[in-house]
Amino acid sequence: MQDLYQEIILDHYRNPQGRGLREPFEAQVHHVNPTCGDEIDLRLHLKTRDGVVVVEDVSYEGQGCSISQASASVLFDSVVGHPLDEALAFLDRFQEMLQSKGALQGDEEIMGDAVAFAGVSKYPARVKCALLPWMAWKDAVVRATEGDMT
Amino acid sequence: MSAIQQVPTSRDHAIDVARLREQFPILHRTVRDEQRLIYLDSGATSQKPLAVLDAERDYYLTSNAAVHRGAHQLAEEATEAYEGSRARIAAFVGARAEQLVFTRNATESLNLLAYAFSNTSDKARTGAPRPDGSDRLVIGPGDEILITEMEHHANLIPWQEVCAKTGATLRWIPLTPDGRLDLGRLPELLTSRTRVVSFVHQSNLVGTINPVREIARAARDVGAWVFLDACQSVPHMPIDVNELGVDAVAWSGHKMLGPTGIGCLWATDELLYSMPPFISGGSMIEVVTMEASTFADPPKRFEAGVPMVAQAVGLSAACDVLDTLGMDAVAAHEADLTAYALAQLDGLVGVRVVGPASTEMRGSAISFVVEGVHPHDVGQILDSRGIAVRVGHQCAWPACRALGVPATTRISPYVYNDRSDIDAFIEALDGVRGVFGFH
Repeated sequence: MQDLYQEIILDHYRNPQGRGLREPFEAQVHHVNPTCGDEIDLRLHLKTRDGVVVVEDVSYEGQGCSISQASASVLFDSVVGHPLDEALAFLDRFQEMLQSKGALQGDEEIMGDAVAFAGVSKYPARVKCALLPWMAWKDAVVRATEGDMT
Repeated sequence: MSAIQQVPTSRDHAIDVARLREQFPILHRTVRDEQRLIYLDSGATSQKPLAVLDAERDYYLTSNAAVHRGAHQLAEEATEAYEGSRARIAAFVGARAEQLVFTRNATESLNLLAYAFSNTSDKARTGAPRPDGSDRLVIGPGDEILITEMEHHANLIPWQEVCAKTGATLRWIPLTPDGRLDLGRLPELLTSRTRVVSFVHQSNLVGTINPVREIARAARDVGAWVFLDACQSVPHMPIDVNELGVDAVAWSGHKMLGPTGIGCLWATDELLYSMPPFISGGSMIEVVTMEASTFADPPKRFEAGVPMVAQAVGLSAACDVLDTLGMDAVAAHEADLTAYALAQLDGLVGVRVVGPASTEMRGSAISFVVEGVHPHDVGQILDSRGIAVRVGHQCAWPACRALGVPATTRISPYVYNDRSDIDAFIEALDGVRGVFGFH
């Protein structure tokens, strides 16, 4: 059980980073987890700096379990300020770890606080909780980059 | 025999839980690092006793065949097993065999009723043949269907669909803050426009038991059909369908010690004979030509294809188990556990019961929230102690919304639980807020 409720996760749950909906944004999405009713509203703001598309801001509001809420906070910490392609690669690594059924621990050097979610991968019912904000963010990226920003 | 060994009179019919649990091997397994399993999720599905599993196995070992067809001895025995089970299960709720339709689950039973309205309304529009007496099933704009805000999605969404297809309007009896129906609104909601009143007997979310006869009488006074979702009542209390004053009752087998894959629909002759088929195909016909077909009388009209014989046999055995315990004893046992659990919950800091706090007109499903801790996390921490509970919106999302909670954690004890299970649950629950740093 300590695998699941790492102190890092509880910290993010109690003190979420980047919470609240902010302007400006290019895409806003609303995602739900229909089995448990968790919800997230997420906005994405991208900006091109020196020819590179950067995740300028991710703002969100939501309600749900500690895993989904902490994951939104870690998402904010992990992708904001980073080039979009790096952020998408980060999502791939995060998703791979979560779907590894406990096999992958994640590299703390690269993934930072997100490695705290490695324990979640042993609880199949909770993987979707951890992925909820990330899937919302991915959806927002698709919407924001439809057209000119790709 | 010494006096001390004598069982007090009031407990003469008490359930011997330790002995009953011998019938449930699954309750003797361990979970999450060799801990005793404490199963408090029977509202979702009950566990199955050996008698049920043996009955199904015996059927497959000795008599398996397709029923109502074939000229051989096995087909005869299988048909007898199936129809005998129908009579046995009907008797469990005081009904005649011919009034009991087998479905896949209670959701399908409720859909069968809902589709009777949209299908009949379609046929009325095109002028297609339909059963005598089915005019009462034709609905359209201006007609109303009345449900309640505490319905399980299974008794909500089928009616939303009927309204979308026919143009009828869906109305509902709202909830009070303590999780009861606001029946003061009934006179205004129940009018000559009301064609159907469909409601739950016992709430799966908060355990409220609704006054069926009172609502049914008022509904019949305006000429509406009255349907009852009895998923959380048939397994838990004595039910005689003829005393309820309703036209149809839906419930499932798997919540009453029976197998999955079988549901029940009891209905009055008037309703059964006026409804068109739901699923069509083999077994439900009278005469078939390439142009058109006529249909069998109920209940076969509603049982197309090879039915769930083994499940019927298993559910019949479940009725035997419950009747041996006595449904009065089952209800008394659950009332004791409910009162015990509510009293214990009342003493926990940061825990709030959602729904009726009293034991009056209330069943054993108890929902609660823990301050600062999401229900999903509560369930996970209980699970780490071997305690199985349900978390989420309990398939009653609008009811959760009405009661001001996004979701709940729910316990739903049954015949094989005792006070020690409640004690273990309370002890584990008491530690939940500590995990999240609340003290």
